[in-house]
Amino acid sequence: MASIFQGVGAATSLSSSTSIETKKFHFCSRRSPSERKACFVVVRSGGVMVDGGLNRIGGRAEQLVTNAVAAKADTPAAATASKPGHELLLFEALREGLEEEMERDARVCVMGEDVGHYGGSYKVTRGLAQKYGDLRVLDTPIAENSFTGMGIGAAMMGLRPIIEGMNMGFLLLAFNQISNNCGMLHYTSGGQFKIPVVIRGPGGVGRQLGAEHSQRLESYFQSIPGIQMVACSTPYNAKGLMKAAIRSDNPVILFEHVLLYNLKERIPDEEYVLNLEEAEMVRPGEHVTILTYSRMRYHVMQAAKTLVNKGYDPEVIDIRSLKPFDLYTIGNSIKKTHRVLIVEECMRTGGIGASLTAAITENFHDYLDAPIVCLSSQDVPTPYAGTLEEWTVVQPPQIVAAVEQLCR
Amino acid sequence: MFGSINHTSSVTNSLFSRQFLHPPLQDHAGIKPFFGGRRSHTATSFSNDVDQLPTEAPLQQELNFPGGKVKFMPKRIFTSGSNEERTNCYRVLNENGELIVDSDSLKISKELGVKMYKDMVTLQVMDTIFYEAQRQGRVSFYLTTIGEEAINIASAAALDNNDFVFPQYREPGVLLWRGFTLQEFANQLFGNKYDYGKGRQMPIHYGSKKHNYVTVSSTVATQIPQAVGAAYSMKMQKQDSCTITYFGDGGSSTGDFHAGLNFSAVMEVPVIFFCRNNGWAISTPISDQFRSDGIVVRGKAYGVPSIRVDGNDALAIYSAVYEARKMAIEKQTPVLIEALTYRAGHHSTSDDSTKYRPVDEIEWWRDDQNPVKWFKTWIENKGWWSDQAESEQRSSVRKQLSQAIQAAERVEKPPVADMFNDVYDVPPKNLNEQEVILRENIKKHAQEYPSNVAV
Repeated sequence: MASIFQGVGAATSLSSSTSIETKKFHFCSRRSPSERKACFVVVRSGGVMVDGGLNRIGGRAEQLVTNAVAAKADTPAAATASKPGHELLLFEALREGLEEEMERDARVCVMGEDVGHYGGSYKVTRGLAQKYGDLRVLDTPIAENSFTGMGIGAAMMGLRPIIEGMNMGFLLLAFNQISNNCGMLHYTSGGQFKIPVVIRGPGGVGRQLGAEHSQRLESYFQSIPGIQMVACSTPYNAKGLMKAAIRSDNPVILFEHVLLYNLKERIPDEEYVLNLEEAEMVRPGEHVTILTYSRMRYHVMQAAKTLVNKGYDPEVIDIRSLKPFDLYTIGNSIKKTHRVLIVEECMRTGGIGASLTAAITENFHDYLDAPIVCLSSQDVPTPYAGTLEEWTVVQPPQIVAAVEQLCR
Repeated sequence: MFGSINHTSSVTNSLFSRQFLHPPLQDHAGIKPFFGGRRSHTATSFSNDVDQLPTEAPLQQELNFPGGKVKFMPKRIFTSGSNEERTNCYRVLNENGELIVDSDSLKISKELGVKMYKDMVTLQVMDTIFYEAQRQGRVSFYLTTIGEEAINIASAAALDNNDFVFPQYREPGVLLWRGFTLQEFANQLFGNKYDYGKGRQMPIHYGSKKHNYVTVSSTVATQIPQAVGAAYSMKMQKQDSCTITYFGDGGSSTGDFHAGLNFSAVMEVPVIFFCRNNGWAISTPISDQFRSDGIVVRGKAYGVPSIRVDGNDALAIYSAVYEARKMAIEKQTPVLIEALTYRAGHHSTSDDSTKYRPVDEIEWWRDDQNPVKWFKTWIENKGWWSDQAESEQRSSVRKQLSQAIQAAERVEKPPVADMFNDVYDVPPKNLNEQEVILRENIKKHAQEYPSNVAV
């Protein structure tokens, strides 16, 4: 792994000759050398230039496209894609990523409730059972702990299962398997057995789905050692993260959001895989760093419009990687703006925002000109009533007010 | 009973099993599963003869419900919670070590029989000595398999080395059979640098990929659905092997047991569920654990073929597991085996079972029903074993064990770096930082740090 790591410096010069005009990109995973083709890239969102001495996590960020066109603030996808691309909705992007991986590797399989014949309660697996058979896209009985356990057992035998929780909240039933086995078995077996599963599903506050179906499980899973967590927010990153998660040898939990499945975006036709540990620069700015993820990204961007009109220049980062945090991108931003606002959907106590606040304070305290402000949901179960539900979620006016307060 | 999972006639079979699991999907060949099950009368018989009473159409005698035809009954008859007679138990050797007349026990060769017996003795001696080592403070924890040697060794003997094992924790004999050495056992107990688990797990949590034995996880019964998943993987990859998972009477109460059995039947995967019904779950006797006739009757509830065997009869276990494996692979079906036995030792070194059960009960099972003794009588009668061989075997194992323990004790513990490896495939930045902090601490307070652990 170290050798790939050091290759980053050398690779940047290699990839600069691989211009965007080249029609055929071969984007390959960071797997064995024998599987790599002639040129391969991991697209960095925003196309930011990275120097070779970079201390990235693991050797995952391999060769980076350095001459990507300077990204327009809120369309990272457009930056590196050749113009046509195709438009699709987020759930279709997830499906596309999933299908491409299933096509590429016969060991990839899906299991969950209603994923097969029904096509998934959010249509992410629609059509896959018809194409790959209902053994490979498996409808399971209702027992989350058990099909998660099954996925773990299958993974230990060499398959690469994607376990779908119909709603993230149901995965609480699988907590035992996720924490005690999924996260631990690679470690406790001394590295003998690996668990390359992807656990995914919709979570977050929807439209009046009630308390049990509006949970933010990222709060509960974040301290499990051995797992990685990512949250997608656009069709572009949904597909890229899905593919990266499937190819990763670690167990990855991919958080989707119930309300984002119908987002439309134009994504590249070429194959691309995103980096699991990287944050996404949504809008570069100078005055304040706003850290967010998943649905709150949209509330933040809405607030950003208002803020820009008022003369502020917020830098918006979609952290995407919830475990581990991309402290490199976040740190660089803080060093520039000196003010941080975290906007999340998690509850105040023990959420992602809480951990992020701690991590930033520990690492970047000297760069802060003001205390970190964290906007989260209250510590209440999500009410059913529409008006009440709206008040539990951070809204754009609150974000605007917080920025104004911070930047005073 | 033994061979079939499908409950009913062949017509309705197709509603469920085979057709569902072969790609690509098609219309279900015109067989429409319907709920509420009333076959609609053909329209003509009504519209044409409005005034005629439908005396031609016979009254329904049964319901065509998904899964098969169900007969009606006009009287309220509740099935009892338990049968008058308990499920029979398969046994081929009697307590005198003689083959029972008309048993269908499989014939085993002298080589196999002797290896089985030797391993049972090794297991027994190993348990005694490692237990002692814990009592002497050399090992922090241990748990014995006393009384269940036949289950461990005979079931392992009937399997193939490619069959994946998902143990609970009372099955080191399976590893022993497959060639795990006494030194390797000792290394794991002492958590030294030669331990395959790199010192990360408690003692007796063995695991070895090369022996196809998954690392023991302390959580009860979580291995059951994992075994089903692994069997699913074997089915997908069309491998000629099965998985086996062991659990106790206590483990059968968990949610994972229920779902594991249910899933395995629905997906038709080659997994053997081996329940060691040894009467006790720490201090909970089976009368407080369930009220069914043991675990074997539950197989039927899930559609899993099952058998009850005498857990102290090595030959019966061997034959049953051999047959179960054949069924599982050839028919791609799960099988449930319940072995009735007794946990003759304490639950673990943290337990004193005389506190909750009578000493004479323990002694009866440990001495009179001793599986090692029974099998010994049988192989002696066959002329394959002798008292001299016995004492040689026991003393040889004892010697090897004490050497293994001494050697393992002296070996260094895994280095600090192993605390941070394998959490992920590659250590991430935060773990690297934490390792640096730890190393700084160690350097600063070197005298507080144990000397037998490499930095």
